[in-house]
Amino acid sequence: MGRYTFLEDVALADCAVEIEAKDPADLFETAAAALAALMVDPGTMRLSVERTITLTARELDLLLYDWLSELIYRKDRDREVFTRVAARVSGTGPFELTAQAHGGVIDPTVTALGADPKAVTFHQFAVTSAEGVWRARVVIDI
Amino acid sequence: MSRDITLSTTMKVSSIADCVWEIPPSEKPGMRVPARIYASEALIAQMDQGVFEQVTNVACLPGIVRAALCMPDGHWGYGFPIGGVAAFRTDNGIISPGGIGFDINCGMRLLRTRLGEDEVRPKLRELVAALFAAVPSGVGAKGFVHLSEAEFRRVMIEGAGWCIARGYGWPEDLDRMEGRGCLPGADPAHVSHRAVSRGSDQLGTLGSGNHYLEIQIVPPGGLHDPRAGKALGVDGPGQVLVMLHCGSRGFGHQIGTDYLRMFDQVMRRYGITVNDRELACAPFRSPEGQAYFAAMTAAANTAFANRQVITHRVREVFASVFGKDPRELGLSVIYDVCHNTAKVERHEVDGQLLELLVHRKGATRAFGPGAADVPEAYRGVGQPVVIGGSMETGSALLLGTAHAMVETFGSTAHGAGRTMSRAEAKRRVGGETLLRDMEARGIIVRAASKSGVAEEAGFAYKDLAAVVDVLERLDISRKVASFSPIGNIKG
Repeated sequence: MGRYTFLEDVALADCAVEIEAKDPADLFETAAAALAALMVDPGTMRLSVERTITLTARELDLLLYDWLSELIYRKDRDREVFTRVAARVSGTGPFELTAQAHGGVIDPTVTALGADPKAVTFHQFAVTSAEGVWRARVVIDI
Repeated sequence: MSRDITLSTTMKVSSIADCVWEIPPSEKPGMRVPARIYASEALIAQMDQGVFEQVTNVACLPGIVRAALCMPDGHWGYGFPIGGVAAFRTDNGIISPGGIGFDINCGMRLLRTRLGEDEVRPKLRELVAALFAAVPSGVGAKGFVHLSEAEFRRVMIEGAGWCIARGYGWPEDLDRMEGRGCLPGADPAHVSHRAVSRGSDQLGTLGSGNHYLEIQIVPPGGLHDPRAGKALGVDGPGQVLVMLHCGSRGFGHQIGTDYLRMFDQVMRRYGITVNDRELACAPFRSPEGQAYFAAMTAAANTAFANRQVITHRVREVFASVFGKDPRELGLSVIYDVCHNTAKVERHEVDGQLLELLVHRKGATRAFGPGAADVPEAYRGVGQPVVIGGSMETGSALLLGTAHAMVETFGSTAHGAGRTMSRAEAKRRVGGETLLRDMEARGIIVRAASKSGVAEEAGFAYKDLAAVVDVLERLDISRKVASFSPIGNIKG
C-alpha cells in the first residue's frame, strides 16, 4: 500500500490528506485506508463484511471523488467502514473501479470512533502522476 | 493598514473603518467587487492565508453585489471561507453549494428553563448521562424516528411543523424559529434516492465534529442587557439553558455532494470559471440552480426537524430527571437560527432595492428590530442571534441590528472560529485528560469519540468575547447574555 499524510495547515476545521501511491489502484486503496483511519481506529473494527463496489467516471480524479463519496455514504447508510481494500482501476476514460472492500459494522461499544466525515470537497482536489508516483490531495469536510 | 500588522497574505489589505478591512478588486484577476473582512487588528492577524484567498475568490463569482464578506470568526474553509457572506442578484447571479456547506442549515437552537444551577448541579451527572443516551451522536448514529420514504418527503416540505403535528414539540415552538422552522421552495422531486437512504433514519441525532448539546448557565455578570433578556426569556445569573448545534446530517451532506458533482460538470455549459473547484456553481435561474435550491431547502427543513426532535428528547429527559412536566420546567425555545444557507431576500444596494440570493456559510442571519421575518414577540428588539463558542469557554446570545441590514446583508458571526488544526489540538491535550480537567472545573462531558473531545478544546478557538466585541463595535449585533457550560454531549 502507498502512504498518506494528514496536512495540518489546510482548512483548519476539516481534514486535508495527501496520498502517494505506485499506481491508480494503489492510490484508491490508500485513499480508502486514510478515510477509514479518519473515522475509526482500524484496530478496533471487527472484519465482518465484504462488499464488491464498482464505479465508473469520465475522469480519474472524478472516480476518486466518487469512490471516497461512496465510502462516506455507506458509513451513514449501513454503518459500514472498510479498513482493507483491493482495488482494480481500468480504462483510459471513462475509468472503471472494481473494489473488494473488507470491513465491519460500527459498534460504539467496541469501535473507537474518530471523526464523522460529511463529504469530499473539491477544494485543492487533485490527482497527478509524475516519475512513477501517483499523488492525490483531498480535503474532507468533517 | 493603520499600523504594522503581519497578515497571512501578500495582498493589499486596507483598513477602511474601525474593524473593517478591504481588499480591492485590483488584487486578483477576475474580482468583480472588493472583499471585506470584519475583524479587530488582533483577529485579522490570527486569520490564516485561506481566508484572504477564499474571500477574494468569492468576489469573482458572477452576479455578486457590493462586496464578498468575511465575519470576525472567519477561518480557512472550502470554497467560501467559514464566516463567509455573499449576495448575488437572482436575475443574473449564481448559487453555489460551496457557499452554503455540505451541512445545510447547520444551526443553533437555544432553550430556556426555569431551573437554577443550584437545582441542576446535584443531578448534573445523571442529566448528562440521560441526554447522551437519548440523543445519539458520533459516527454512524441512527435516530429513534423511523420513517417511510414518503413520510420523510413530508419532513422535507414541512420542516419543524412536521414534528409538531406528530407530537414532537409544542405549537408555540414554531414562533421562535427562523422562518418558523420551514423555508419555502423545498421540492423533494429534486432530491436523490441516495440522499434519502443516507439520512432518513438520522432525525434526532447530533453528528460529530463541533456539534454538541450543552447545558449552560448564565454566569455572574453574564446578563448584559436585562431589558432584552426579559423579552427573550433570559432571567439572570444562575439560570440554566440548553443549547444545540447540529444540522441536516447525512441527508444534507449527500445533497451537497450530489449537486457539487453536477455543478462541476455543468459550469462549462454556462461559461463560468471559478478559482476554486469547490466554488462550482450554476446560474440561480437555470434548471440546475433551481433544482439545487429546491433540494437545499428540503435539507434545511430537515435540519429544523432534526433540532426539533432533539428538543423533544431534551424535554423528555429533563421531565424524567426532575420529575416535572417540561412546561412546568419552562423548557421553551428562545430561538432557532441557521448559519449554513442561501436565502432569497431583498436588500438595498446603491440605493436600489434588489432581490438577492444571500449565501451564509458559517454566518448567522441578524435582522434588526422591525424586520418582517423576526417573530412578533421579538420584533421590538431584533432577531436573536445564537453564537456557539467552544465547549470549555461558553457561548453568547445577541440581537440583530438595523445597521447589519445595510452593512452585511443582515448577517453576523456564528461562533468563535478555529485557530488551530485538529491534529495540533490533539497533540496538546489528550481526550481523557481534557475530560478530567473539565470535570474538575465543573463541566461534565460525555462524548462518542475521545479524540473528538481533544479536537474541540477551548484553546483551539478564538476568544469568543473578542469576536463579540467586534460585532458590537461594528453595530451588526448587540450583546444580550453570555453563557458558561456545565454539561456537554458531543459526537
